[in-house]
Amino acid sequence: MKKEDIPQDTGAFGKITKEVQYATDAAGNYTTELSKGWEVKNSANDAAWQDIEERVRIARERVLKNEVSPLLYFMELKLMDIKVLAGYTGFWSWQIRRHMKPSVFKNLSDRRLQRYAEVFEVRVDDLKNILPQ
Amino acid sequence: MKLPFEHMQAAHCENGVTTSLLRSIGIGRITEPLAFGIGSGLFFTYIPLLKVNNGPAFAFRTMPGLIFKRTCVALSVPVHREKFRSREKAQQVLDACLEAGHVVGCQVGVYYLSYFPKEYRFHFNAHNIIIYGREGDRYLISDPVMEMPTSLSAYELERVRFARGVLAPRGQLYYPEKAEPVTDEQIARGIKKGVVRNIRDMLHIPGPIVGIRGIRYTGKKIKGWRDKLGPKKAGLYLAQLVRMQEEIGTGGGGFRYIYAAFLQQAQAFHPDEALSRISDTFTRSGDLWRDAAVQAAGIYKGRIGSQDDFNRMGDYLLEIAEVEKQAFQELSKIKWRS
Repeated sequence: MKKEDIPQDTGAFGKITKEVQYATDAAGNYTTELSKGWEVKNSANDAAWQDIEERVRIARERVLKNEVSPLLYFMELKLMDIKVLAGYTGFWSWQIRRHMKPSVFKNLSDRRLQRYAEVFEVRVDDLKNILPQ
Repeated sequence: MKLPFEHMQAAHCENGVTTSLLRSIGIGRITEPLAFGIGSGLFFTYIPLLKVNNGPAFAFRTMPGLIFKRTCVALSVPVHREKFRSREKAQQVLDACLEAGHVVGCQVGVYYLSYFPKEYRFHFNAHNIIIYGREGDRYLISDPVMEMPTSLSAYELERVRFARGVLAPRGQLYYPEKAEPVTDEQIARGIKKGVVRNIRDMLHIPGPIVGIRGIRYTGKKIKGWRDKLGPKKAGLYLAQLVRMQEEIGTGGGGFRYIYAAFLQQAQAFHPDEALSRISDTFTRSGDLWRDAAVQAAGIYKGRIGSQDDFNRMGDYLLEIAEVEKQAFQELSKIKWRS
């Protein structure tokens, strides 16, 4: 890529810092230049976020229908999957999968819920009672 | 306490940390492209069974940590590296290192990295930053992908050092110990070794998912994504490919451009005309990766999306595989001076 072809499309990252980009000068030698971002990259990130919003919405609906426990909703909200959640809570993946069942979830002790609540940065009551908008 | 340290921005975090840490012990001749090349940074793999952020897992560079390790080995610089179970211990050791005058590199997760924009904070654990001092509760941070140095509170730093999930950093810190001045000879040998190792990684690792064959495999798979996953999910998979390719700071096949820059700089140590020709081939590969990303963007934005469009997307990767194969085959014909 030539230096003058480096895109300057400000995205989420471009608002905070410019990025270093390697490109060639007129003589074909490599040099560095700052870039504010690239539209292609910004839109890939947008696509990922739309997917996350969609997953959160679906999780929320399923919780309201009592198909799955609120843990799924909070897990999606925090961009986690079961493996990451297992890492942060210290539960095993199979335990978390069990806790995702509403029938198991309603019998979980407050001590266990506290571990989830800390990771999700909410109160135990939020986990049990309400589903934030 | 603030150690003498000059923040330097880089295109990629680990290259940047490597370059800056070496500079902090007086080795100023290793540029970002040299570190990337000596560390055999260029790579490709697609692991179909592993899911990252609910999408496919790709990598465009070697395992985190290897670029730093290999570059230091090539220059005979001893490295101190430590992981921790206990958070208290992790902070004590960090403080002790800073007290002893070591500028320290740290592997961190970006999800809780407070100075990153929210839009980029995923559960990604292979980011690298430099800590060069402490003022009260705040640690002074040089993040190579940022224009300016920044800082984190002790709590914020602990949180990112102990991020969990794939490649959990476990508080890992590392720094180069004091070293002898580096000779041209050492750099020249490091370049040769780095290139030879990179040829092996891209051409000769058995199996279909790594190196050149991995690129080709991905290209073929992409053609089937539309039928197999449906247009929407296939689009998201392509967005994930682009995001992995673009990782913050590397912009569009950026690793290929850095490698091309490396081959140009390598000429100072191995005067061989072929290197600049092969450098041009990597530039072309970088351009093709960017063209492929543009095609992918058309699909995940819903502007295009027919089977033909997916075929074209796959063909880009097949073409890239050919270009890079040719480049590495030519590299393997180079007669190294030392």
